[in-house]
This record gives sequence, C-alpha cells and structure tokens, in this order.
Amino acid sequence: MARELMKGNEAVAEAAIRAGVTAYFGYPITPQTELLEYMSRRMPELGRAFVQAESEPAAINMVYGAACTGKRVMSSSSSPGVSLMMEGISYIAGTELPVVIVDVMRGGPGLGNIAPAQGDYNQAIHGGGHGDYNAIVLAPATVQESVDLTVLAFDLAEKYRSVVIVLTDGSIGQMMEPCEMPPYQELKTKFPDWATNGAEGRAKRVLTSINLDPAAQEDTNFRMMYRWQEVEANEVRFKTYFMEDAKFAVVGYGSCGRLALTAVRAARAEGIPVGLIRPITLSPFPAQAIHDAAGKVESMLVVEMSTGQMLNDVLIAAENQCPVEFFGRMGGVVPFPDEVLDEIKRIAKGNLDTKGTARDRWLARMNRKK
Amino acid sequence: MTENTLEMETLVYERPESLADVTTHYCPGCTHGVAHRLIAEVLDEMGLRDKTIGVASVGCSVFSYNYFDTDFVQAPHGRAPAMATGVKRTLPDRTVFTYQGDGDLASIGMAEITHAAARGENISVFFLNNTNYGMTGGQMAPTTLPGQKTTTSVNGRDVESQGYPIRVAEFLSTLDGASYVVRRALHDPKNIRLAKKAIRTAFEVQQRGLGFSMVEMLSICPTNWGMKPVEAMQWLGDKMVSYYPIGDCKVHPAVAEIKI
Repeated sequence: MARELMKGNEAVAEAAIRAGVTAYFGYPITPQTELLEYMSRRMPELGRAFVQAESEPAAINMVYGAACTGKRVMSSSSSPGVSLMMEGISYIAGTELPVVIVDVMRGGPGLGNIAPAQGDYNQAIHGGGHGDYNAIVLAPATVQESVDLTVLAFDLAEKYRSVVIVLTDGSIGQMMEPCEMPPYQELKTKFPDWATNGAEGRAKRVLTSINLDPAAQEDTNFRMMYRWQEVEANEVRFKTYFMEDAKFAVVGYGSCGRLALTAVRAARAEGIPVGLIRPITLSPFPAQAIHDAAGKVESMLVVEMSTGQMLNDVLIAAENQCPVEFFGRMGGVVPFPDEVLDEIKRIAKGNLDTKGTARDRWLARMNRKK
Repeated sequence: MTENTLEMETLVYERPESLADVTTHYCPGCTHGVAHRLIAEVLDEMGLRDKTIGVASVGCSVFSYNYFDTDFVQAPHGRAPAMATGVKRTLPDRTVFTYQGDGDLASIGMAEITHAAARGENISVFFLNNTNYGMTGGQMAPTTLPGQKTTTSVNGRDVESQGYPIRVAEFLSTLDGASYVVRRALHDPKNIRLAKKAIRTAFEVQQRGLGFSMVEMLSICPTNWGMKPVEAMQWLGDKMVSYYPIGDCKVHPAVAEIKI
C-alpha cells in the first residue's frame, strides 16, 4: 500500500480503526484532540460507536463498560486528562479487561502547557492508579511506529487481558510523516468467554474489581503477577543502533530516542564509538538489554524530557557496572540534538566525576536559578 | 384432583427467575429488596433476563450483581451511567440498566447521570433515594432533608452551611434528552405497585429505543435513620413525600402512548 503523509494523532486513530476498534470514547485536550476529532468523523461512518464524553472520568468509564462486552475499545487523552482517567484505569486493570489508551504527553505538572514532555513516565509505568497492577506501555518514536504499535496494542491487550498505554507526546502526535497503514481487520464477532453480553444459554457473568475477601483479592493479585511475568518473558521490545562496537551508550525513548539518534550519528561522524538503546516497551522494561550493555560500555547517558524518571529504571538495570549520566529537559522544552551531542562528547572524554547521584550532577551542570 | 395439581394451583407467589436464589446483605426492613424484586419481576414479564446487562454502583447496592440472575458489571462510584453508556453503545440490542443510590447518583455521579440524560442515552436508571449514605454508616447526602440528623449533620442538616437537597427527578426532567423521568415511593402496597408500573414503562421506553428513562424510588434506611422499619415507612410517607413529591416529572409524548 502507498505511504501517506499523516499527522501522528490522526494516524493513530486510523490505525486503531484498521485494527478493528469497535468503540471510542474521548474528551478534548491538546495536544491529543485531533485523535478525538478524527474518530468523530470516521467511527459513525463505519457504523461503530463514538461518544464525546462529558469528562475524562466519564470517557474511561464508557471504555470500561464497552470493554466488558469483549469488543476492541479505546480512549485517548493527554497528561492532565490521563490523570483524571486513573481511577477507571485501576478498575479496568482490577477487572482484567483489554483496553487501549493513548496518552499524548505534554508539559506539567498541573495544567502545565501543551508542549511535548515525558513527565508521565512514572504515572504510566509505575502505576498511576491505586493498587497493584501493571500496564503494558508502548513508546513510539515516529508516526509509522505509532501506527504499528497501536495495532500491536490491541493484540497485546487481548492476549494478556491488560491495559495497554501507547505513550506518545505532543511532538509525535502533532508531526506529519509519511506512513503506511495496516490492512483492515474484521471486527470481532465472537464474544470471549468472560464477556457480559447477556446470559442467553449460559450462567450469568459478573465483571467487577471488588473482592471483599482479602484472601480472594490476594489470589487475584497473584494471578495478575504471574500473567505479568509472561508479559515480561515474551513482550520486551527495544531497538539498538550502533551498539555492536559501542564504548558509550545513550538510552532514550520516544521523541528523546529519536533526537538522541541524530546526536549519536553526529558523534559517530566525529569518530566517537557511541550507540543508542531505544526502549519500545517501557513496561515491561528492557532491563536485561540495558544490563548487558552496561557490562560492556564505559559509561551510559540517559536522555529524557523529564527529571529522570526512566533514569531510575536504567540505574536498577545497570547495577553499577558502569557510570550512568543523565541529561533532561522538562516542562515542554525539547532538547536539541546538539545538547545531547555535547553530553556524549563529555562522557566520551572519560574521567567522569561520579560524586552524588546522576540527577544531582545533572542539576549542578544545568546551574539554573534555585 | 391430585395433590400435585393442588400445589400448582395454590402457588401464588414465587421468586422471579431474574432474581438469584441467595440471601442479601441488606438490613432487615430495607427497601432495596423490594426494588430488586420489582425490577426482576418486570425483566421476567418482558422476557429480558438473558438479554440484560445490569450496572451496579457503589454504596449499599454495590453487591446488587449478586442478587439478579442477569449479567452484571460493577461501576466505580458515580460512574454507572457512563459505564452503561459504554455497554449500550457497544451492544445496542441488549437491555442495560443502572441501579444507583443517592450518594452515588446525586453527589459524585451528578455529571455522569446528567449527561447520560442529556444525550438521551437509551438506558434505564433505577435511583434509590434514602436520604443518606447507607453503606458508610449514614452520612449526609445531597438528598438529606433540611434538619435531618445524620453522622455528618449531627444537629440536623443546616441549610445555611450545608445547602439544600437536590430533587433529582425534577432536575433531570428539564433536559430535552430525557424521555421518561418519574418519582415513586416504596412505603406502601399501592405505591409499590405504581413503582413497578414505572419500572415496566422505563424498560418499555428502552425497548422502543425512546431514550433515557429514570425511576427515582423513595426508600427507607431504618438502620441509619435509627428507626424501626414501620416507623421508617411512616417517616417516608410523612416527611420525604412532602419534599420529594411522587409523580411524573417528564413523560415524552411518545412514551405517553405506551400502554401497559
């Protein structure tokens, strides 16, 4: 099929339609709104369900109800809106339902701004909603990857009865790039054996996240954790660039992975043996790949549009095998590749000062107003 | 006449099929049991038991999914109308109802119920108003009457600082999207019969695709009111009905044509 020039948010919407999404519920918020708008046009013309909800809590609970019927369903939002959805996401996780949520991250905390950021890593990867649960989190770096990972998100959600978050940001959501759409999938006509679709010819079914008996709740928690181990064993995805002979490694995801690649290429052109590890699944995290790389390289540099939220996971994975440095911009400020290149050159010189934490050293280097 | 036939002929009252054969957790004298039974009887009469998905809420009725023999989902606090919207939009040929109390529907869930009604969502809502948060032990609700004592209005609801009750049925009846919005009461046989007829009408509205329907049912909470059930029934009839008049707040002309 021919490649088309498409905006990130609209490409994700069309990809979800191709993947057979039956119902979409959303609420306007920048920089995600094109996804909602696109769905408002396309879903009704295909005879599928679309509701512009009165709020994000309503949208996620419409998704919750629709997911109970076993169909492919989704919502999308941006940081403050996803915060509002967290109650529902916890309930959906607790009910073990397949749901896809697209989070087009923006600057924060609070109302923040509408520029790209990665400050919701912890919210997406380390919970966000209450209680013990894990969500699968996919982080695309291009419009094409947004398309591919959206399709994958529906498959993974169903395979593991899991919440899957496609974590993009304002730059990937807003940029236009050529991309190829996947083929149309047939809408699901069979109900899974847990769906609440009316008790015709069978015993009634109940879908709930309540478990008043602590022992029964613990059984559910264990079952969910064993299933998560399967996810960790089977679904870790990442991409490496120039890592074969690398003496230095940059780790970045999404937009940062993309701009770090530009910096890595520039560094390579100057003869610096640096490579890039770009996690695609942030959850499950590619800990083993980072662990292995940390055993081989002289030092690592984590680049994020946050205060170093993924940094913590890299530090755990690296297990002190090599110094880990951090460079981050925040609040909707996107780092220039040149800034990352300067950092690569700095670590490539060696003799790194390793006093304090990577975050402390970064803050000292930034030398900003207190 | 054989003994068996005699038994058949004298059977005048039995558990509706749509009601599960279990003991409920409701307090003695509580009207939740009456409301459950009325809904179940109507589902049986209309042959909807195996085509229905109920949406439970948070509060005393959180476990209502255990008491109906229909498919059920259980919503976060106040969100049942949103969840019902998701089920109904995905399965438009199924019957979908929510079962909510006044803390759930009239406080934390006010946005969800309002917009479900405004959209004319083709669902049926059964709203049990017993003027307090029952499950958590009798706190003041938006529906608590002026002067009524609860654990968070120990000297009686003071309207100066705690505001006035919300008459939900009247409020929702102002929305063009709502087709059938009525208030009934469960304190005596006549009103219980009228409540059942309203429940039937609400499901008929949904079956005909006529949009949003809600039956508010004035209910008692003897435990948290600190009354015997009979006293509580009297209090409902005396005090609640004068603040929350029984009647039809909104009946769309197309609904008025339904004959039961």
